[in-house]
Amino acid sequence: MSKEVLSVKNLNMHYETLSGDVHAVKDVSFSVKEGESFGLVGESGCGKTSVAMSLLQLQADNAKISSGSIQLDGVELVGMNESELRKVRWDGISIVFQGAMNAWNPVVKVGEQIREAIREHYPEKSKAENTEKIESLFKMVGLDAAVIDRFPHELSGGMKQRAIIALALSCDPKVVIADEPTTALDVVIQDQILNEIKKVQQLLGLSLIYISHDIAVIAEMTDQMAVMYAGSIVEIGPTEKVFSTPKHAYTRLLLESTPSVVGEKKKLRSLDGEPPSLINEIIGCSFSPRCPDPSSDCENPIKEMGLVEIEPGHFADNCCVDCG
Amino acid sequence: MKKNVIEVKNLEKYYEVSGGFFSRNKDIVKAVDDISFEIPFGESLGLVGQSGCGKTTTARALCLLDPKTGGDVKFYNNETENMQNIDNLEDEELKKFRRNIQMIFQDPYESLNPRWTIKDIILEPLNIHNIGDLQDREEAVVEILKTVGLTPASNYLPRYPHELSGGQRQRVSIARTLIMKPKFVVCDEPTSMLDVSIRISIMDLMLNLAKDLEVSYLYITHDLAVARYMCNRIAVMFNGKIVEIAETEELLNNPIHPYTKRLISSIPVPDPSYDRKVYDVNYDELDAIIAKHGTDNPMVDIGNEHYISTHDVKGLI
Amino acid sequence: MNENIEQDLQKQLRKEAIRRNWNLFRQSKLGMIGLYIVIFFLFLALLQPFLFITGIWNKGVYDPVVGYEAIKDTLLVVECPKEYPTEKYESMKDCPGPGELNVKRLYLAPGVEVGDYYETFIQPAPPSSRHLLGTDSLGRDVFSQIMEGSQVAFVLGLLSATLGVGISTILGTIAAFFGGRVDAYLMRQSDLILMLPSLPLLFIISAFAELKVWHLAIVLGVLGGLGGSVITIKSQALQVKVKPFVDSARITGGSRWRIMFSHVLPNVAPLALLFMVFSVTGAIASESVLSFLGLLNIDMSWGIMIYLSQTDGFIFSGLEFWWLILPAGLAVTLLAGGFYLVGRGLDDVFNPRLRKR
Ligand SMILES: Nc1ncnc2c1ncn2[C@@H]1O[C@H](COP(=O)(O)OP(=O)(O)OP(=O)(O)O)[C@@H](O)[C@H]1O
Ligand SMILES: Nc1ncnc2c1ncn2[C@@H]1O[C@H](COP(=O)(O)OP(=O)(O)OP(=O)(O)O)[C@@H](O)[C@H]1O
Ligand code: SF4
Ligand SMILES: [Mg+2]
Ligand SMILES: [Mg+2]
Repeated sequence: MSKEVLSVKNLNMHYETLSGDVHAVKDVSFSVKEGESFGLVGESGCGKTSVAMSLLQLQADNAKISSGSIQLDGVELVGMNESELRKVRWDGISIVFQGAMNAWNPVVKVGEQIREAIREHYPEKSKAENTEKIESLFKMVGLDAAVIDRFPHELSGGMKQRAIIALALSCDPKVVIADEPTTALDVVIQDQILNEIKKVQQLLGLSLIYISHDIAVIAEMTDQMAVMYAGSIVEIGPTEKVFSTPKHAYTRLLLESTPSVVGEKKKLRSLDGEPPSLINEIIGCSFSPRCPDPSSDCENPIKEMGLVEIEPGHFADNCCVDCG
Repeated sequence: MKKNVIEVKNLEKYYEVSGGFFSRNKDIVKAVDDISFEIPFGESLGLVGQSGCGKTTTARALCLLDPKTGGDVKFYNNETENMQNIDNLEDEELKKFRRNIQMIFQDPYESLNPRWTIKDIILEPLNIHNIGDLQDREEAVVEILKTVGLTPASNYLPRYPHELSGGQRQRVSIARTLIMKPKFVVCDEPTSMLDVSIRISIMDLMLNLAKDLEVSYLYITHDLAVARYMCNRIAVMFNGKIVEIAETEELLNNPIHPYTKRLISSIPVPDPSYDRKVYDVNYDELDAIIAKHGTDNPMVDIGNEHYISTHDVKGLI
Repeated sequence: MNENIEQDLQKQLRKEAIRRNWNLFRQSKLGMIGLYIVIFFLFLALLQPFLFITGIWNKGVYDPVVGYEAIKDTLLVVECPKEYPTEKYESMKDCPGPGELNVKRLYLAPGVEVGDYYETFIQPAPPSSRHLLGTDSLGRDVFSQIMEGSQVAFVLGLLSATLGVGISTILGTIAAFFGGRVDAYLMRQSDLILMLPSLPLLFIISAFAELKVWHLAIVLGVLGGLGGSVITIKSQALQVKVKPFVDSARITGGSRWRIMFSHVLPNVAPLALLFMVFSVTGAIASESVLSFLGLLNIDMSWGIMIYLSQTDGFIFSGLEFWWLILPAGLAVTLLAGGFYLVGRGLDDVFNPRLRKR
């Protein structure tokens, strides 16, 4: 069995704002093994990016990790100082930021920007070495070597996104977080990028954390997955298990609301209402105000919340294990 | 024989773009290059294709937002019960045309005036066309908000768009569009900016309204799974041309054109055990084949009202 | 019934919106400082009429233009020696000492001898409890003049800013909307006005016409309105013009004018308001410069106060007559700066990209 590379335990993070503390990550625990890909799915605002940013300790200024632990290869990241963190970032964990393809500096050549990142971490490497490295990275993600000397505006959206992936791989990280890497892209380009990511992951034996709101992409990309709702993980387990025997009502709804081009055309279920505010404390099941088929004891707030194992490796929120 | 609400023949829209920063000569982009389709009453046609293939351009030309370069667009005229060409409409007739065609935009954050209240936004079409007296109009607004599921109406009327969620805004857009009881609505990716969880409820709403109000849609998307859910027929667009058009299930089960196959095979399937096969096409070759044929490519029917463009038919059937 | 709910909600939402924006504004420290300054001067401007109406101040004494009061003083006439140091005076600047008067200053009053006592009025008089900021060389109350000056500054600033921003908003929107020749003409015009240095232009105008406050407000307003702000407003309007909600109105059949006035204008208004606040700063500063140079026909303003202290020769006397220069100078700087800071604060409210969460 391969070993755990990243392990997150009881992570809590909140943003301090004018109107109160926004609890964006609540008691989140999961672990990622070597060479495995882990999916994080949930609707907008549920805290996916917040989890990703906490893993890299790159959260916004007003964000505070109040408790929990993040271990990369057994090394604790919470509480590290900035210079130690800088070492871990990029060659330990790196990230493809949400919307990053629009974050290229428009006046610097793409290759130069990647070279800068490498130089930051490996100042001893020569320019020729770096160029060679970038060329091999570009080849890996399906880009022409000539792109090195192009400016960002000369590239299409898909090419920019590929280059971003190359950037994330530039310092040979163990774990790569991909935060909605294909959201702004066309289906065909999305398909190409997904294939590229899969290929690179297998080639380099990377651990991948794939964040998306699209359950179909998660189905294709990941071995393990977690469903997030209102800052907490409500269901986690092997992707196939979660799809075949979803336990939490929210997971089931997500699955039944995704259209598909294969199989029978079926009536889809819709999810109405809005996610709860993350400012107020939520007592009982956070999904209950929108839940289409609550059972009688769901709203019972005394029931202990938390994940329970329903089959080997497959956990779901305690509140919902008996409802379905 | 089905009555059509709109008939499009050989529609063309070219853009002139300057070659480079210093160059003076202009290049011509054939954003929409000789496309034809028709939509019967109460049916919806999906227009799918990759980014930049000309979907939005088609939509804008149909709604007279941008002038078309060539071709005929005919629209059903209630009074004469005939198809009427939309070129050179006189003021009065143009106004009537405007009442029957509407458009829903992709971005619910940009398609409502941020300085207007929801009430004023939905009232605007009635004000422009001077329909009914003030009280009638207000009643109509309350009624339509109920129809799109924003109740109680009094809770939404005085709000500003930024005080609503994305899904609610898109409902307001739909309300505004439907208050004129149009016969034809062009939807340019109306759910692509919305969260997955609310997409379905917006799509269901549109489907129900289509049934109740007898509205036809031209539904633009790049996601075939969405098009399958929404449309009776699907037209596949590639580089400004329609390459295949058929009943939805027919198209998905029996795609002929290589580009259609490519498009279908690129949609992720929400089932981890399904092994999706990727069908790859070399776009440059495809482009070359199409270019060789010129623009003169009438579609051929291969049965079941399944049309494909002639350029590949030879090699593929 | 429903109507009532709707109206209540409307009120409530409006209150909320105001509160939200106020909270945003309040976060900006600079903006708040500016606001306090502006409020302080507004208070001064309103205080003066109040004091006159209630009779706390007597018009004859405290009127900033025609009021008069001087403090009587009796001085010993002395003759300053030719060489220093002497027993009584260490150096030249010690003569005349306190309570003394150099006989040479009295060449117009024959018959007064060294050693006599001479009755005189102190003008300008230093601050005292009756005149908090002293009096000027004509015996007029400086504090009252400062108050009058704030009234002038507010009237001038707001009048010219409103006029200027009104003009540039309408022209900018028209340029964006009609494009082509109208646009080209308006742009060339504003280039021209941008290139014209406005102060020399004002000198020329004031040479031909007697400029009163409201004349100046109009001139400054028109110059500002035709100038650079048209370009900025136009670019904003161009951005609004291509928004989907404008397309949506076009599809529905809205006319050009309708779209321009009800969709585009309201969306450039916040930017215009911002401009307005900033241009108040400019107007106040221009007024002081023009007054200081004696080019305005105004009875009283901060610029005039400095001008008078200069023509009477006090401006170079160091800080001996500080109350003639400092209050007016500070007032101009503070209020002009105050409006600028308020503008900075408003910028935080209007520009969401600068917003902190
Ligand atoms: N810097 C911040 N300050 C305050 N609140 C924040 C901040 N960043 C995010 N939030 C809030 O935290 C919650 C979680 O945000 P996050 O970006 O993690 O969501 P997400 O799941 O990535 O959503 P999306 O799919 O839209 O990217 C949201 O309610 C968001 O409004
Ligand atoms: N105003 C314009 N001037 C010049 N070229 C244009 C203009 N608008 C669109 N085009 C070009 O026309 C082509 C079709 O664009 P269009 O916006 O219709 O694509 P689309 O299918 O809607 O793509 P998407 O899925 O990204 O919305 C593109 O190549 C685009 O660059
Ligand atoms: S616990 Fe009950 S209310 Fe909550 S999601 Fe499960 S079924 Fe729904
Ligand atoms: Mg995110
Ligand atoms: Mg488009």
